[in-house]
Amino acid sequence: MDLTFLAFFAPFIAAVFAPFLVRIAGHNAAWILAVVPALIFVHFAGFLPDVAEGGRVTGGVQWIPSFNVNFSWLIDGLSLTFALLISGIGTLIVLYAGGYMKGHPQQGRFLCFILMFMGAMQGLVLSDSFFMFFVFWELTSITSFLLIGFNHNAERSRRAAMQALVVTGGGGLILLAGLIFLWNMTGVSEFSLLLGTGDLVRESPFYLAALILVLGGAFTKSAQFPLHFWLPNAMEAPTPVSAYLHSATMVKAGVYLVMRLNPVLGETVAWETILPLFGGATLLVGTFLAVRQTDLKLMLAYTTVASLGLLVMLTGFGTEKAIEGAVLYLVAHSLFKGALFMVAGNVDHEAGTRDVTKLGGLLAAMPITFGAAILSAFSMAGLPPFVGFLAKEEIYYGIAASDPWSIFITAVAIVGNALMLVIGFAVAVKPFLGPKVETPKSAHEAPLLMYAGPVLLAALSLAAALWSGLFHQFISSPMASAVAGVPLEITISIIPKPGLALTLSIVTIALGVVLYFGLARLRAAMAATLEAIGWGPDLGFDQFIRGLVRLSVVLTRSLQNGRMEFYMTATFVLLALWLFRTMFVADEWPAMPAFPVLSIYEWVTVAIIAIGLIAVVRAKNRLTAIVSLGIQGFAVAILFMLMGAPDLSFTQFMVETLTVVILALAMTRLRLSPQDHRSAGQTVLDGAVAIACGVALTFILLQILQTPFDRTLTDFFNLYSYSLAQGRNIVNVILVDFRGVDTFGEIGVVMVAGLAILALLRIVPKRSLGSAPAPRVPEAEPVAVGKE
Amino acid sequence: MRTLIFRATAPYLTALMLLYSIFVLLRGHNEPGGGFIGGLIAASALAIYGIACGVSPVRRAIRYHPMAISGFGLFLGAIAGVFSLFAGVPYMTGLWVYPTVFGVELKLSTTLIFDIGVYLVVLGAITSIALALEEKERD
Repeated sequence: MDLTFLAFFAPFIAAVFAPFLVRIAGHNAAWILAVVPALIFVHFAGFLPDVAEGGRVTGGVQWIPSFNVNFSWLIDGLSLTFALLISGIGTLIVLYAGGYMKGHPQQGRFLCFILMFMGAMQGLVLSDSFFMFFVFWELTSITSFLLIGFNHNAERSRRAAMQALVVTGGGGLILLAGLIFLWNMTGVSEFSLLLGTGDLVRESPFYLAALILVLGGAFTKSAQFPLHFWLPNAMEAPTPVSAYLHSATMVKAGVYLVMRLNPVLGETVAWETILPLFGGATLLVGTFLAVRQTDLKLMLAYTTVASLGLLVMLTGFGTEKAIEGAVLYLVAHSLFKGALFMVAGNVDHEAGTRDVTKLGGLLAAMPITFGAAILSAFSMAGLPPFVGFLAKEEIYYGIAASDPWSIFITAVAIVGNALMLVIGFAVAVKPFLGPKVETPKSAHEAPLLMYAGPVLLAALSLAAALWSGLFHQFISSPMASAVAGVPLEITISIIPKPGLALTLSIVTIALGVVLYFGLARLRAAMAATLEAIGWGPDLGFDQFIRGLVRLSVVLTRSLQNGRMEFYMTATFVLLALWLFRTMFVADEWPAMPAFPVLSIYEWVTVAIIAIGLIAVVRAKNRLTAIVSLGIQGFAVAILFMLMGAPDLSFTQFMVETLTVVILALAMTRLRLSPQDHRSAGQTVLDGAVAIACGVALTFILLQILQTPFDRTLTDFFNLYSYSLAQGRNIVNVILVDFRGVDTFGEIGVVMVAGLAILALLRIVPKRSLGSAPAPRVPEAEPVAVGKE
Repeated sequence: MRTLIFRATAPYLTALMLLYSIFVLLRGHNEPGGGFIGGLIAASALAIYGIACGVSPVRRAIRYHPMAISGFGLFLGAIAGVFSLFAGVPYMTGLWVYPTVFGVELKLSTTLIFDIGVYLVVLGAITSIALALEEKERD
């Protein structure tokens, strides 16, 4: 078997075993489980040389050949970098979760969810087929729902999980519409083929529609303003989740999509306006809101929002250097943000609080964690010699120019980067330096499982910059080439080159340092501003959900008011209207049929029908009416028999019998008064509806009879019923053989209808009779369900 | 409804109708009949028995909850389709065997199993509704 195929499923398989392993080995199960992502990492690292030379690996198996849907993957610079980040950081996160959740009664479940998420995310970035991509995309939403809501006893967790699911899951549906647009426009449903169809897509009249739909998916997943609110709320999840999902993986899925489609959808005015605008707004909103926070995780969460904004802005800016900057920043961000989240988790775990104002002087107790923190903060701040510095230099190379648009974007980037520097140091420095503050728990260094991750990631931030040649050759250049759609070579190194970019960097750092020392005042000012505004998208989400619930209540109350007469009248009025409408629209009214020549016993049967009807209408008492209804039913069955349809007649007899029996039983149970007390007006209305339905059905049937009969099916079944299915009763052969699967569905419906009626009958006695207009009459004709 | 004549004849009527329903079910492939109509006849038979002699004798007589009978029917319907997988033909393709029992050739098929499933589903679903309604009539 192809190992890549196995790599797709390995995390899910590991997820199944995780709870059992934890039961056996306790928190040390993490060591065993981490082997899976580590092996996946090694497997994908094997593709590096190929991809570095501009190669693109595709593969897969046929999935649903009749729809031309394949289980196919695409490994190029972009997806490979993502796959390595997911499996690499995933390995560290599994280990970290082993330490962080040590002794937690649900640790097995947690590791199971994390591994499932890993599988979903990895599938997402490696999928070539749209459909696989979409399935994995929604799977990340579902698994992240499980992870965010992990502490499901807390109301806030449940709300955050629901919010994330509604926003990202809803976005996924929008995305599906966008992908279907792309599929229809180009006729291909795989990214590897789509990449060559950029011109076709851009010239299509549906380009804008497809763009907006795709971005709807990407922006919800990657928390772009004003849909960013779910991401900070998702910090309710345990820290390993934040470090994994909300730094390196899930939230980058939207960025991945934008980057993946850049060669197809990019280079248009719409693309280069929408992306920088939303990205820039997200960058500023994210950083300003981050300043407001005092919780370490929330500070990091808002800078994640900001970083995602920066990435979207750069991808849409349109220059090659900007794309290179985006690629470098994406890798840098995954490394430092993953590390910083784990640092925040360590501080929380060891000191007992994440509130930055209640922390200080932890350096002596937690030197290793501090080391990882400060190295990552340097990278986040864009200081040399870290990969964050390379990213920031490249970004300024990419966006700085003299036209007003570039100046505007550059100004946004400078403010955003300066504030990120502030937050980076606030997270990495404030808790550790300064006077020792009394913390809820007496702090000491975190265990190996918990500092291995941040230290390794921080070291990578340094290594990638020091050996930038290798880093560019294997990671960033192939990735940038895949995003741009043309081969690019990134050359930036830690040796600063004098020029505009360096100047802008220095301006950013200076601004950041100034703001850092005014952080307390800045925080107060932001808090005051937000208080003055008083409303945010987060509140808006609650209002939206409340509104939705209220609307559904109003709708339900008006449509499902529990009054049987209303349902019956509405159903039959609509039926009559629809039948007449069909004849009216087609302008086909039946001709007056010739007067039939019937034999005497046929006349007698018709007379019985008429007598039955008169009896129904004139009946003084309900039971008599029901039984009289049976009279005309039986007479119709006799007509069927006379006309040569024994099967139909047979069924009609039984259905009629059971209808009368069940209707009579239901009526007696309802304890209605034996007589009917309708007002005259009501009687006339009901009579009119009944007559309208009868006339409409008669007309339709006459019209059908007057249309020339197509004998194709009849001939087919006459010919093949015995030779293929060995039965002479065509009706039965169709039911059990030719259309057996249909019948199977129908008997399923019969059974479910039976269950539902049984349930309704069981409910009634518990309610006090006569209160609330509860719908107490079950549909009394279950037999009609399966009638062919 | 509990006249002496009705109560005395109902068990025989029920037995005859049940027998007839099986006959209708089995001949259904070639003559008018089949699982659906057979199930309806059997359901009416039990309904008659219930009206005449009360619900609990019926429940005792059929031993299983009617909904369980219905569920088993659905199960049979699904199983009938699975045989074809072993023969390497698409799901629910009819398969036939012709064993000779006492010198008579029988035509047995997976579609017959399916039809029995239909019979049981209809019988169970309608009986459970009818019995529930009859039960309530008396309290």
